[in-house]
Amino acid sequence: MRNSAVTFLFETVRKHPRKVFLSGNKDDLRFDQFFFKAFLLAEILHKDSGINRPILTYLPKTASALVAFAAILMSGNYYVPLDIKSPKKRLKQIIKQFDHYKIVSGKEFLNDLRELSVSNHKVICVEDSELSEPYARPSLDAMIEKTQLITNQIIDLDPCYIMYTSGSTGIPKGVVIPHRGVIDYIEWAISLLGVDENEIIGNQAPFLFDNSTLDIYLSWATGAKLCLIPEETFLFPVDIIRFLEEHKVTFVFFVPSVLVNISKLKLLSPGSLSSLSKIVFAGEPIPSKHLAYWQENLPGRTFINLYGPTEITVDCTYFIVDRIYLPHETLPIGLPRLNSGILILNEQGIPVSSGEKGELCVRGSSLALGYWKDNEKTRQAFIQNPVQNNFRDLIYHTGDICYKNQKKEIIFVGRKDTQIKHRGYRIELGEIETATKALQDIDDCCAFYNEENQEIYLFYEGKIELSPTEFRTLLSEQLPEYMIPRKFMRVDFLPRTPNGKIDRAALIKEL
Amino acid sequence: MKTAYSNKLLDILREIRPGNDFAKSQDFVSDGLLDSFDIITLVAKLESCFGISIDGKDVRAENFKNLKTLKKFVLYYVPLHKG
Repeated sequence: MRNSAVTFLFETVRKHPRKVFLSGNKDDLRFDQFFFKAFLLAEILHKDSGINRPILTYLPKTASALVAFAAILMSGNYYVPLDIKSPKKRLKQIIKQFDHYKIVSGKEFLNDLRELSVSNHKVICVEDSELSEPYARPSLDAMIEKTQLITNQIIDLDPCYIMYTSGSTGIPKGVVIPHRGVIDYIEWAISLLGVDENEIIGNQAPFLFDNSTLDIYLSWATGAKLCLIPEETFLFPVDIIRFLEEHKVTFVFFVPSVLVNISKLKLLSPGSLSSLSKIVFAGEPIPSKHLAYWQENLPGRTFINLYGPTEITVDCTYFIVDRIYLPHETLPIGLPRLNSGILILNEQGIPVSSGEKGELCVRGSSLALGYWKDNEKTRQAFIQNPVQNNFRDLIYHTGDICYKNQKKEIIFVGRKDTQIKHRGYRIELGEIETATKALQDIDDCCAFYNEENQEIYLFYEGKIELSPTEFRTLLSEQLPEYMIPRKFMRVDFLPRTPNGKIDRAALIKEL
Repeated sequence: MKTAYSNKLLDILREIRPGNDFAKSQDFVSDGLLDSFDIITLVAKLESCFGISIDGKDVRAENFKNLKTLKKFVLYYVPLHKG
């Protein structure tokens, strides 16, 4: 029984010390080299922080970030990745939620951090641990043993990481994921996906989105090689193909948008991506015609659709694509993964029958511990299973409306509320609206998502009309780039319900 | 003829991202004027507007850098007798 997700790494380092862990545009990094770097940093962190504390990270998607994550876990703490591209206002809102904290970062970011009101004494630079490198490297066994003295104090219900998601009231929510959730997920993933040390994983997901949990921990748990695909590679999809072929990537976990862009540009041919055997995707529905393009050009490969909100540790259902799906057919989100309890409940909290729509709810070890410092939202989202009241039985209700087809496969229909998936990002339209309403000349507004065009629209009532450029400049001080609406429309008045709230349905009808 | 192409391209770019100053920019991506999704949309619009079929492999950074490179790229695809 594992108590900490980082024990995966200890076993792999023992089994495959000289195997390459990270391979990318710079030099390869072996498992034993990676572990040593993390060990040195962990010593500093443990001295500074004690155990079971949150340690923030402010780093780009590079080896240093992974060293930081491992080191934080090895020091008996949990990591909170911050997005260096997020506007300062938003980052400050997140940082404010932590009373006492340290941040692991790099010397190049000290100015950024000062602008975030993070004083130097709170920062530990990854470079600092490199300077303190002792002349005699302890043996691998000695390092692991020393680390375990600390990590043995952690239990599986202690936090492993906190990932921030969009909050409808404008304040991002920190989802606290326990070691138990990650261990549960990865053990299932290894078995379903048949991953071993021969796998070469091409990582797309930024480290602040939990899709990256699969890439990182699969590698730590099996000894698979991890290739971090640089972000700029995704700008021109032909570069993605080149990268995957150069590195002989065998496994990818991509958001569907990436697969769709490659399909739209018709970049595949029967000889393409000969090493790639497993294509896993999650984050938003994939249009059948684009999936079919991949299936036709890469026959014999495995395509798997995964589904799950951050609150249940990455994914709770899976679907191994068994055939070509026609444009009018919806790809199922599939079956519950092992050890994940899935319920589809109607408004009365009663499980629905086959074919009937209801809200998808999740039970199990995968559940987050809650939202960081937000007991109210935690209580609302994680509730007693309405099916029975004999003992404590927690469910997370996702807000996703689904039904089971005759084959017992779960089909996703839509959202209960105003959360959207845009390019794989989870966005609360409320967060966009809160940021817009904060602007001086805006009286009220309503954000709307055009799924067909994949564009966010903003309708507003205001004293004056602002140009798209002005909007973008102002909103980018509060919102990350992917949340900024594409089109802005000023209206004389937004339709309202009898109790004064904005009537979204009426607004959509008017369009 | 060449000016007509420039104007048409600017129209298309502004349709995708109203308000951005594409005429002045020397590097659309570095200046944050276009992202990966815009580029895909742009390719589709170029194809329909100019009646051309663009090879996905030619959708590369150097061709989509600025108005000058974009015009050169499109002209490469437009059949000579139309030019």
